[in-house]
Amino acid sequence: MIHFLMHDKKDTVGVAVVEGIKAGQELVGWLMEDDSTVTVKALTDIPIGHKVATKPLKSGDTVWKYGFDIGKAVADIKVGEHTHVHNVKTKRW
Amino acid sequence: MISSKTTFMGYRRENGRVGVRNHVIILPLDDLSNAACEAVAHNIKGTTVVGHPYGRLQFGADLDLHFATLIGAGCNPNVAAVVVIGIEEEWTNRIVQAIAKTGKPVTGFGIELHGDHDTIMRASKVAKEYVQWASEIRRVECPISDLWVSTKCGESDTTSGCGANPTVGNAFDKLDPLGVTMCFGETTEITGGEHIVADRCATPEVRAAFMKMFDRYQAVIERHKTSDLSDSQPTKGNIAGGLTTIEEKALGNIQKIGHKCKVVGVLDKAEMPTKPGLWFMDSSSAAAEMVTLCAASGYVVHLFPTGQGNVIGNPIIPVIKLCANPRTVRTMSEHVDHDCSGLLQREKNLDQTGDELIEVMLRTCNGRLTAAEALGHNEFVMTRLYESA
Repeated sequence: MIHFLMHDKKDTVGVAVVEGIKAGQELVGWLMEDDSTVTVKALTDIPIGHKVATKPLKSGDTVWKYGFDIGKAVADIKVGEHTHVHNVKTKRW
Repeated sequence: MISSKTTFMGYRRENGRVGVRNHVIILPLDDLSNAACEAVAHNIKGTTVVGHPYGRLQFGADLDLHFATLIGAGCNPNVAAVVVIGIEEEWTNRIVQAIAKTGKPVTGFGIELHGDHDTIMRASKVAKEYVQWASEIRRVECPISDLWVSTKCGESDTTSGCGANPTVGNAFDKLDPLGVTMCFGETTEITGGEHIVADRCATPEVRAAFMKMFDRYQAVIERHKTSDLSDSQPTKGNIAGGLTTIEEKALGNIQKIGHKCKVVGVLDKAEMPTKPGLWFMDSSSAAAEMVTLCAASGYVVHLFPTGQGNVIGNPIIPVIKLCANPRTVRTMSEHVDHDCSGLLQREKNLDQTGDELIEVMLRTCNGRLTAAEALGHNEFVMTRLYESA
């Protein structure tokens, strides 16, 4: 059973691929780049398609997905926390 | 597996291009002529009206695009024959003469000095002849290299970037060596991934042309932005689906161009490609506008990955939906032509879902109706560049 997937080793977030992830749940992640497995404990509920932090981030740090820069943290983010528009913003525009 | 020997059953038109549908369209020049066109389509069964709200008092590049879109739609090889109706004859005939160059039957009618009643009667008589004539055209076996395939994603979420978009990319990587003509676009929605597209351009000239189009649009954003495009990029639907920033959306978006195929050229809106391979079209990222531009450029089938469940169709080209989000596949199954949600649970790999998508595409090209066609989705939306005169 896979709960989330990650594209690249460099990534700091994974994408939930099952519905109904609850805070406190042990999550199994699939790292697609090398076909390995990662585990993370969810600190918050994570809706399907939403991101969970897989590495700790400080406010201002770059968020990585697909091995690329997808924006910056605007709050400190703990491993297992829901990572979305409330704590990440674009660097464009 | 497909090869250069793979064929499909298409309609070979007078100019040699191959269509996968056999539409007789009733095409209004302008907003005022929609009512007469709808009346003709009501009178003559088997015709399709391609309604739209524009065509008066435009100028310059915006007017050129209006004509290019309507002429391109009429010239598309999915169209067997065309009836054009406009408020006056001069612009109507401009459309008719351009479509006539393909060799297909086309007749125009101006409403002025006749009124709706007489116009509808005369146009209906011609439309009846066309639809009966077209009904006897038979599909013939055509090589896969005759296919023109476009792509654009919509109502994307993170599953688009993980599953549905890379499935299109896998299919494109397999179609490219077989001489298929392909395109992608969405100038705004590659913001954050433009360096990846630039690196995939086949030559320095193509790269320069691509960056020119990309930078041009960034200047438009600068000129018109209120705060920034964060108002609408990502969309509220994207955000509900888990996409956080335009960069994340863009990186998911460009999974559609696979890993191998090179960008052989850039197209202006509604411009026709001149050789096989993958083209970038400078286009709107709004689904119906982009698909309409693809139809106007001559593409005959469209691959449309969605995450949260976009329901778009088009009156000229079949729009094939694929989705990797298991919740969307469950709650909106009537809109999904290809379920690739198995990817997210590692039940399938991209090679399998890419092959399956190509099979769905070939069945569609052979005549199977898409979900959007069966549901009656025929959004034809013209791109406007600026205010009218």
